[in-house]
Amino acid sequence: MPNSTPTSSSLQISIFRRLTNNLATAFAIMAAILVILPLLAIFIYLLIKGVQSLNWAFFTQLPKPPGEVGGGMANAIVGSAMILGIASLVGIPMGIGAGIYLAEYGRNVFGDVVRFTSDVLNGVPSIVIGIAVYSLIVVRQKHFSALAGSLALAIMMIPTVARATEEMLLMVPNTIREAALGLGIPKWRTTLSISLRTASAGVITGCMLAFARVAGETAPLLFTTLGNQYWSRSLNQPTAALPLQVYTYALSPYDDWHKQAWAGALILIVMIVTAVGAVRIVTSRGTLKGAS
Amino acid sequence: MTRSRFQQGLDELRDKLLRMGGLAEQAIDRATEAYRTRDAKYCQMVLTGENEINQAEREIDELALDLLAMQQPMAVDLRFIMAVVKINADLERVGDQAVNIAQRVLDLISEPEMDLPVDIPRMAESVSTMVQRALESFLDGKAEIAEAVLQMDNIVDRMKDEAFVVLVQRMTSNGQTARAALNVLLISRALERIADHATNIAEDVIFWVRGADVRHGGAHYRS
Amino acid sequence: MGVGIEVRGLNAYYGKHLALKSVDMTVPANHVTAVIGPSGCGKSTFVRCLNRMHETIPEAHAEGEVKVGDMQVYGDGTDPVEIRRRIGMVFQKPNPFPTMSIYDNVAAGLKLNGFRNRKQISELVERSLKLSALWDEVKDTLHKKSGASLSGGQQQRLCIARSLAVEPQVLLMDEPASALDPISTSKIEELIFQLKQHYTVVIVTHNMQQAARVAELTGFFLMGSLIEFDKTEKIFTTPADKRTEDYITGRFG
Repeated sequence: MPNSTPTSSSLQISIFRRLTNNLATAFAIMAAILVILPLLAIFIYLLIKGVQSLNWAFFTQLPKPPGEVGGGMANAIVGSAMILGIASLVGIPMGIGAGIYLAEYGRNVFGDVVRFTSDVLNGVPSIVIGIAVYSLIVVRQKHFSALAGSLALAIMMIPTVARATEEMLLMVPNTIREAALGLGIPKWRTTLSISLRTASAGVITGCMLAFARVAGETAPLLFTTLGNQYWSRSLNQPTAALPLQVYTYALSPYDDWHKQAWAGALILIVMIVTAVGAVRIVTSRGTLKGAS
Repeated sequence: MTRSRFQQGLDELRDKLLRMGGLAEQAIDRATEAYRTRDAKYCQMVLTGENEINQAEREIDELALDLLAMQQPMAVDLRFIMAVVKINADLERVGDQAVNIAQRVLDLISEPEMDLPVDIPRMAESVSTMVQRALESFLDGKAEIAEAVLQMDNIVDRMKDEAFVVLVQRMTSNGQTARAALNVLLISRALERIADHATNIAEDVIFWVRGADVRHGGAHYRS
Repeated sequence: MGVGIEVRGLNAYYGKHLALKSVDMTVPANHVTAVIGPSGCGKSTFVRCLNRMHETIPEAHAEGEVKVGDMQVYGDGTDPVEIRRRIGMVFQKPNPFPTMSIYDNVAAGLKLNGFRNRKQISELVERSLKLSALWDEVKDTLHKKSGASLSGGQQQRLCIARSLAVEPQVLLMDEPASALDPISTSKIEELIFQLKQHYTVVIVTHNMQQAARVAELTGFFLMGSLIEFDKTEKIFTTPADKRTEDYITGRFG
């Protein structure tokens, strides 16, 4: 309660200030809840709907012909893993390379052009990228393939990774670079072993973001990988992928397929979360006491 | 700003030293007057004035120490403060010698006046001029004036040597004048000492202004 | 053992702007030489020209003769990277590599230059940390603690150890203690005094009392020119040039 003496009341936080403080905090908490709520809702709904269809068959068997009950998405799970793996192998190094160029050497017009192009590429709808790869690769090769799909996804990963790498590298204080140069370490070695290493936490986050984004993309895969009822014998063949399978099953008239679509969606989310989590655990084991 | 506070400190140090110099000059003049007029009141003034001189010495040393500790002076400022501290000591000794002269005069007055062929007032005037010029060189920061003081020391030394010969001769030939002669001899020695202190002051001024150590007859610049 | 440095006619540019004007200086081996002067006078630029760090700034270049021992720093075909291995540098703000342990920090210059011999690296790390008076404080946590977890004064000694590990002949220090508290500063100053037995040290400092405590020779820079260069005692008691005197008595700058 405010005191009667003037001197002490000026030191106390007034009731009004205390109220506004609490109100603002309450708003912030509510906003955070509002954001998490839809995510939680989706995940819980997926869990409920999908868990029922999860069984050993789901993970080991191929899809059955339309109409028949049973079967699984084994080929789609493996297919997604392969496609995402190859996309990351191509997209991440190229993205990091571009980011290094932009941060360390790209303070010029060419650098600005690259940056602009990268931002535009980031905004291109994924279906357009799918169509582009379709006309450039699939039509030429006269067949659909997992590789084409990986390429499309890699193209989508590059801008995110490049931007994150550039931002994180720019945040490395110049004094660190100077220290390395002063030791007689050549510039390229400084960039790789010192600057990049210092920025690694942020760069990895960028890669994870890019991965999570492309993992669920369906449209580009429609035009490049197409999907497959059976196991693919090589990467140059049409391959099954989880998003494609979920898409097909969800739009079908079969109940059993609907249930499997839920399971497929759930597994897709689990795959993404596992991948990101694993990377986090592996990289955090390397941090030292007190390191940033 | 710290800089002007330091400058104020330096100015205060300078003013205090000049004031003390004035007190020392005054002591010499009074002692000389006491000898000339054989009036005890001048002797008394010198004796009581001694306290003021000692007090001034204390204040100047304290201020110099503070400035050295707090301001970390360099180069010319550092040399200046060092010179002040040394001149301070010399002026205090001048005051002591003036007291010695006053005490000798008191003893002279207690006896009937003797006629001794030594021109103390003339010697005292030369010495007083030396002290005056030395302080002037400090006031103006002019090494040339200080150098002139160094030259005058020779003259005073000669006067004292001549007085010595004459007075010793008097003492041995005429027993009655012995006491008076001895007093006058001591007075002449005190005056010669004052001249030496004036020389020291001049050397310190040259050190401050030029950074050259001209003591003991040489000129030593830092290599 | 340290070597002497001969500088003749050194000019340094930032783009078109001439920052150092025809500097001549002889730095004797195994001595500590201080470089003082007001802000912007070129003292940091000068020191950074000695190990060719100046040219890492875009549009900056230097010309003239700099001889370290019998090495021509600006000779035709001389590799600046090679120069920087022989001339170490410690910066104003301690800059240990944040993601590396104490051990890795000190070993960085060796490892990243292709040194493979583990045993030798380990010995050099220990020797460097002992030389920079940090060994006793960190010998138990060499691999566990990161370089950034140390206090400011310790970090700076770590950076010194890191520079010493590659066994340079000359050590350049750009205001090494200006970001540190008085006790760390005096430790660093004591260290510099010890280091001169093995190395030639050139130190840039804003702090004149520090130059007076630590250096045997001092050079005064003003607006890109070397105004006076002499024994430290002489500079600080009877400087020859009036501009030097005005600066060190604080009349300007």
